[in-house]
Amino acid sequence: MAGRALLDVRGLEVEFDTPRGVVRAVRGASLEVGEGECLAVVGESGSGKSQCFLACLGLLAAQGRASGSACFDGRELVAAPRGLLDEVRGGPVGFVFQDPMNALTPHLTLGRQLGEAVLERGLMSAEAARKRSLELLARVGLPEPEARLRQYPHELSGGQRQRVAIAMALMTDPRLVIADEPTTALDVTVQAQVLEVLRDVRRDGRSLVMITHDLGVVAGIADRVAVMYAGRVVEVAPVEALFASPAHPYTAALLASVPRLSGDVATSLAGIEGQPPRPGEIGAGCSFAPRCTQARDACRTRMPPSHANGERRVECVAPLTGAGVSP
Amino acid sequence: MRGAAHGRGGVSVSERLLQVRDLRVTYPGRAGWGRSGHANPALAGVDLDVESGGSVGIVGESGCGKSTLARAILGLVAPQSGSIAWRGVPVPRGDGSALRRLRREAQIVFQDPFGSLDPRMTLADSVAEALVALEGPTPRARVVARVAASLAEVGLDPSLASRYPHEVSGGQCQRAAIARATIARPGLLVCDEAVSALDVSVQAQIVNLLADLSRRHGMALVFISHNLAVVRHLCDEVVVLYCGRVVERGPREAIFASPRHPYTRALLDAVPAPDPVVARRSSAVPAALDASVRPAPGGCDYRPRCPRAGPECAARIPALATTGTGHAVACHHPLSTAG
Repeated sequence: MAGRALLDVRGLEVEFDTPRGVVRAVRGASLEVGEGECLAVVGESGSGKSQCFLACLGLLAAQGRASGSACFDGRELVAAPRGLLDEVRGGPVGFVFQDPMNALTPHLTLGRQLGEAVLERGLMSAEAARKRSLELLARVGLPEPEARLRQYPHELSGGQRQRVAIAMALMTDPRLVIADEPTTALDVTVQAQVLEVLRDVRRDGRSLVMITHDLGVVAGIADRVAVMYAGRVVEVAPVEALFASPAHPYTAALLASVPRLSGDVATSLAGIEGQPPRPGEIGAGCSFAPRCTQARDACRTRMPPSHANGERRVECVAPLTGAGVSP
Repeated sequence: MRGAAHGRGGVSVSERLLQVRDLRVTYPGRAGWGRSGHANPALAGVDLDVESGGSVGIVGESGCGKSTLARAILGLVAPQSGSIAWRGVPVPRGDGSALRRLRREAQIVFQDPFGSLDPRMTLADSVAEALVALEGPTPRARVVARVAASLAEVGLDPSLASRYPHEVSGGQCQRAAIARATIARPGLLVCDEAVSALDVSVQAQIVNLLADLSRRHGMALVFISHNLAVVRHLCDEVVVLYCGRVVERGPREAIFASPRHPYTRALLDAVPAPDPVVARRSSAVPAALDASVRPAPGGCDYRPRCPRAGPECAARIPALATTGTGHAVACHHPLSTAG
């Protein structure tokens, strides 16, 4: 990360009370998002990638709790009073969710919803809010913005709704936009258009966190990548370096699992043997060890050490050589 | 697939496992709430051939009719018209016993394994239920042995056999659904987005499993997916659907290396490359028009989004015309073979 950290997450823990006991969804995650950069957070279901950022903004479900630290622009957000969180959410931090149907209120016009955050805060007059709504709808590529303001969410397609959700996140001119799987529910053709809109979001020096499981999406938009596995950030690297020479065996295995449109099809896909651990079934040592082809005894007994070199960081007993992050 | 049949001197009907001709399905529309009551057909005359042991991928965006085609093959939705023949014998529409016979040989795996297995049955019981339903009363010991063999074949640990769906992961649950669908050794397995809900590391395992089962038992696959890269790994032949019509079909190499239909090209270009160097080089974003825009009937359905559309595209529906070995395209202005 080149600039100063806008969002600085240190040793974040997220726990949930469940009927089967306390489940640790995020286990000491640390990452930072610089001014103007795009950080992609990659991981499979249950890796804690979404909970990590929901926790930062105090959006955990009722049975969840967070500890550790998450500083936005120098202000601590973990266990922060409601007033501060309300000021940050939908203010300097915008959020775009995976399912644009659930993110929009079905019985309010788009114009009303777009204006809500700025009017509620008294940041703009109704006329100014309307002008900005029109401007942003045009910018996210929706034709006839005037007519859209009077429409309801069900009148739009999935891709159009996601564009509206992005426009809504931009209303307060946030410094950071967190997008949680924003293109997962969309067709590839629509996904390509929404990704273009998200690239444009960064145009004004805004920071973007892209939470995704799709390495194709990561390759096209991210500056840096954080890879999460079983609630921990196991590798952080600039995007080109990560794809060219992954340091963590999990990252390497994930890259090898991706089916591609070019290259050999005769060989079978690599895949990763076994299943990700279910939260609550995580033992001592590296949580990837049971699936790791490189695992040795030390991996199973103690937490793997963290190695850093310049912009790269990996948490592994024996990082892959070639990445230049070896002990 | 067709090549294999040609090699033995022309396509004989008996070698063909499944033959679908001019299949039309229209879901009844309902007037009111902003809808006219006029329904667009989900399938507007689709032909599909599957040879024994072959693998056909069916791709397209949501709403193109992929899932309707999967369901219509197995008689899970009633077509309005068209014919389905299994090993050369027509399957009469609405004939329950003919459908039951067909389902002994043609099975389906759905996208959501938690939704397709009974939550109150153990994985082993779900698999056993399918065996008994398809093959009739079977001695208990034989059922137990067949179920164990089937679970082992799909790579499920025996310790999971007595678990319920909610106690296992999505990948494990999908393996059980595959065991349930393949235990009676069907000649055809239809997979409707069967790997779409899975994480990429698990998705790769299931893709390998399906390829392996198909190879080992000569089981044909109809693999329906919006993920073109997965289809490329699994299928010998690809069919591209748009608005309920086949717009292009052909062998894998032809479709991926030199697609002829502008829509196929747009679909391929939209897939983000998992490589930052490539991803940043290409900046082509497909036409900004929404897939939900359906033009007036009578011409090519793709014309509002198509960069090559001309006046004849609005005048006539392009017919599916052969452009190479097993390769056909329905377009008035197809792309040149160079791509």
